[in-house]
Amino acid sequence: MQTGSVDPLIFGITVLVLACFVGYYVVWRVTPALHSPLMSVTNAISSVIIVGALIAAGPSETNFAQLIGFFAVVLASINIFGGFIVTQRMLSMFKKRR
Amino acid sequence: MTDNISAVLYLISSIFFILALRGLSSPDSARQGNLFGVLGMTIAVGTTLALPNVLSYEVILAGIVIGGGIGTLIARKIEMTALPQLVAGFHSLVGLAACFVAAAAFFRPEAYGIGTFLNINTGSLIEMSIGLAIGAITFTGSIIAFGKLQGLITGAPLTFRGQHALNAILGITLVALIAWMTIDQNETIFWVIFSLSLVIGILIIVPIGGADMPVVISMLNSYSGWAACGIGFTLGNSLLIVTGALVGSSGAILSYIMCKGMNRSFFSVILGGFGGDSEISGTTTSRDKAIKIGSAEDAAFIMKNASSVIIVPGYGMAVAQAQHALREMGELLKADGVDVRYAIHPVAGRMPGHMNVLLAEANVPYEQVLELDEINRDFAQADVAFVIGANDVTNPAAKTDPSSPIYGMPILDVENAKTVLFIKRSMASGYAGVNNELFFRENTMMLFSDAKSMCDEIVQALN
Repeated sequence: MQTGSVDPLIFGITVLVLACFVGYYVVWRVTPALHSPLMSVTNAISSVIIVGALIAAGPSETNFAQLIGFFAVVLASINIFGGFIVTQRMLSMFKKRR
Repeated sequence: MTDNISAVLYLISSIFFILALRGLSSPDSARQGNLFGVLGMTIAVGTTLALPNVLSYEVILAGIVIGGGIGTLIARKIEMTALPQLVAGFHSLVGLAACFVAAAAFFRPEAYGIGTFLNINTGSLIEMSIGLAIGAITFTGSIIAFGKLQGLITGAPLTFRGQHALNAILGITLVALIAWMTIDQNETIFWVIFSLSLVIGILIIVPIGGADMPVVISMLNSYSGWAACGIGFTLGNSLLIVTGALVGSSGAILSYIMCKGMNRSFFSVILGGFGGDSEISGTTTSRDKAIKIGSAEDAAFIMKNASSVIIVPGYGMAVAQAQHALREMGELLKADGVDVRYAIHPVAGRMPGHMNVLLAEANVPYEQVLELDEINRDFAQADVAFVIGANDVTNPAAKTDPSSPIYGMPILDVENAKTVLFIKRSMASGYAGVNNELFFRENTMMLFSDAKSMCDEIVQALN
């Protein structure tokens, strides 16, 4: 099989399935006490969708796509900053006995 | 920057995201994990900014500063009790952002190299439509969840005749529209798919009652991941696919854990209708039986003379903001030589792990806080079980009464303790609308009061 002939969709599905396995094993190891920080941190990293938003907002000319790209950048940034900061706030509370 | 270099950088970013989740396996490594997450995101954004077709840095910087400012402000100000609604609100933003990116890809596919306007290659078009649909469902679904958690919308399930049939028809229509899109690309279908998905998002969350909110919020967490995944396929970007899959599987696992904690199937939660105010038969006869009522002084006396106390907190503790007073009570008892521990049910609170965060905020050391499996057997040796703001998760009917709606749910065996102290405002039933026979047991003493004032009074009595 030549690698060059693989459909990008099949390649994408390969990545997806492997990532699901990684996700499955990593998430089951998360201690139940930290399930709330898990939700907020996954929320922050799912905003990696900002990558698509940046490409939309990227061109130098102004058009509809750039405008909605800009809004998507704003929304994703709220999530990234909000998600990581609130996770940090929560985690800083989990301390051992003094 | 060549495509290969950016692909490698995106790979490094994905690895950091995996490490961020890996760090959460223990509280000690979690803070470092979060930093890995930040690092991964920085690399992802930096790499994208260096792409040759990303040029308008002023616009982008303005967007990041505005969004980052708002996000920082919200995250710093938010009360930990309001965490579930915050997370729901954040999920809605991811959903909407996914819709915007899908729209940008539809109207300007050249930027993503997937074709030209109204001439997008079929594969990308399907992926984009799926990303759009999941994004829109996540958006409105999360807004409804936010409204229910914030108390803006009633937590009671909203059901009507033909609801499931309507949802099924809308779902099939959505699939048909996506299929139609591949034959005849046009703007109208794009907007119809968007609008229909918004409606479906509302309809699938309104029938789900307040008691099932931990499942809903985990499920929406999962959806936001799959939305990112769908967009990742459209853009042919492995980072988005990997991250989306991590988030999607994380949300799915949390939903599973929450369902198991309530002994409900995922489908029965989705179909909704559970957790109204209706009185359920079976245990109602026990209403006439006598109950023992105690005062704060009684409670303080009993606990002071105990050798071990297990505290069972529930959402009522959070509502009353009693966690600080409770911690003070626990510390006083500990100073008296009493072994004090906390028992957390998987579905205590309104989101997974919510109680742990609230107790941590009140400075309760995390090694005193134990999960159901870890502590349930110890109730038999405990002198006192102190139930504060929890109800259904302690109801023995879950083990003994097959007609009870909570039958089969794993519960904390508080009734095995020598004495059960149960703080409650009144004799009203719990969130699931079920009476708790525990109130009428010989070894149960009811403390009728607001959770916070009762803790304050006990603290006074202990001093």
